[in-house]
Amino acid sequence: MSAVKVDARRVAASVEDPELPFVTIEELGILREVETDADGGVTVTVTPTYSGCPATEVIRDSIVAALGAAGFHEVRVDTVLSPAWTTDDITPEGRRKLEEGGIAPPRDLAAVAGQPILCPRCRSDSARTVSEYGSTACKALMVCESCGEPFDHFKEI
Amino acid sequence: MTVSGVPQGMPRVGMDPHFAYLLRLGDDNLVVAQRLGEWISRGPDLEEDIALGNIALDHLGVARNLLTRAGEVEGRGRDEDDLAMQRTEREFLNLILCEQPNGDFAQTIARQFFLDAWQVPLWEALSSSTDTQLAGIAQKAVKEARYHLRHSETWLVRLGDGTDESHRRMQAGVDRLWRYTGEMFLVDEVDEEAVASGLGVEPVGLRPRWDETVGAAFGRAGLELPTDEYVRAGGRRGFHGEHLGHLLADLQWMQRTYPGMSW
Repeated sequence: MSAVKVDARRVAASVEDPELPFVTIEELGILREVETDADGGVTVTVTPTYSGCPATEVIRDSIVAALGAAGFHEVRVDTVLSPAWTTDDITPEGRRKLEEGGIAPPRDLAAVAGQPILCPRCRSDSARTVSEYGSTACKALMVCESCGEPFDHFKEI
Repeated sequence: MTVSGVPQGMPRVGMDPHFAYLLRLGDDNLVVAQRLGEWISRGPDLEEDIALGNIALDHLGVARNLLTRAGEVEGRGRDEDDLAMQRTEREFLNLILCEQPNGDFAQTIARQFFLDAWQVPLWEALSSSTDTQLAGIAQKAVKEARYHLRHSETWLVRLGDGTDESHRRMQAGVDRLWRYTGEMFLVDEVDEEAVASGLGVEPVGLRPRWDETVGAAFGRAGLELPTDEYVRAGGRRGFHGEHLGHLLADLQWMQRTYPGMSW
């Protein structure tokens, strides 16, 4: 991989999700590819979390801005739907940061049934769902029966 | 089965069947998204207000993807905005179910449940469409639709199996909308061509799954399955009820008044 391509990848990967600013788009698993061409152009491929996720357009602009600031002025952002994004694409580091940010991370899709959702504050497994849809479509609103705190759970999808 | 709404001897759908197929699915999602959006700031509680808004957003996202694809297939340079904002009521091909007014919360849940129970098997089947773009849209949409169904089914059971008042309203909601559900399973030449080319699915093939989902949920909710066999149809060919025009007036007002404006 060329030094330029590594650089472009690093810059694109550092772009934060506007609704979860403590997690990068790479950690969320929505950054698919970064290609550079001989003329200095960059093509970034991303995939949305949800079909109607309003963050998608902000992320597109943030990628263009971040690469522009790093000296890449010919930037194209392509969106692909297939293969569909899944919460299994969130990296271990991304999961750790979600939990640190007070959001219970998604469980592995294959293990949803046998794995409890842990309260990100007290680690108790006695949370109940208040609403299947929280502040965004990707999160459910829960409340911990042990410490009494409400929290978001990143829904497995 | 009595079918009403499609005038006798109607001409064939006068457009490319691939385009029409995508437009129908796109319009279902656009119209129901607009209806759900009407709940924003009027939900029965804050959580539901947000839930209905988020579900609306999912449908809107699916509609945008489908209408964008429809515009590409049509090949006349129309994009998602042109198709959403500059077609007349008679050019919309959504199911009549989708345009039904919200009514009370129970009626909205009934509409959503009937639609979700159909969309889950629909998107599953379309995930292997020969139109790879449509397949990609469906693979994404099915994950969202499963959550929609979980939400609407939970409420259907909670209201049906709740107080006398919530039960009465839930039963009234499903009774009122039942006649619009049959349209999901009707077949015409657009479907026949879509099945033949591998683009789409046979509508009647979705019926057993839908019957099963609806029957099981009604059982748990203590609701009576309506027995009325009358089917109100026509939306797939642009013949709508009285409500769609008003919905579009709201949706399209800005673009009709200031064509092409953006901000």
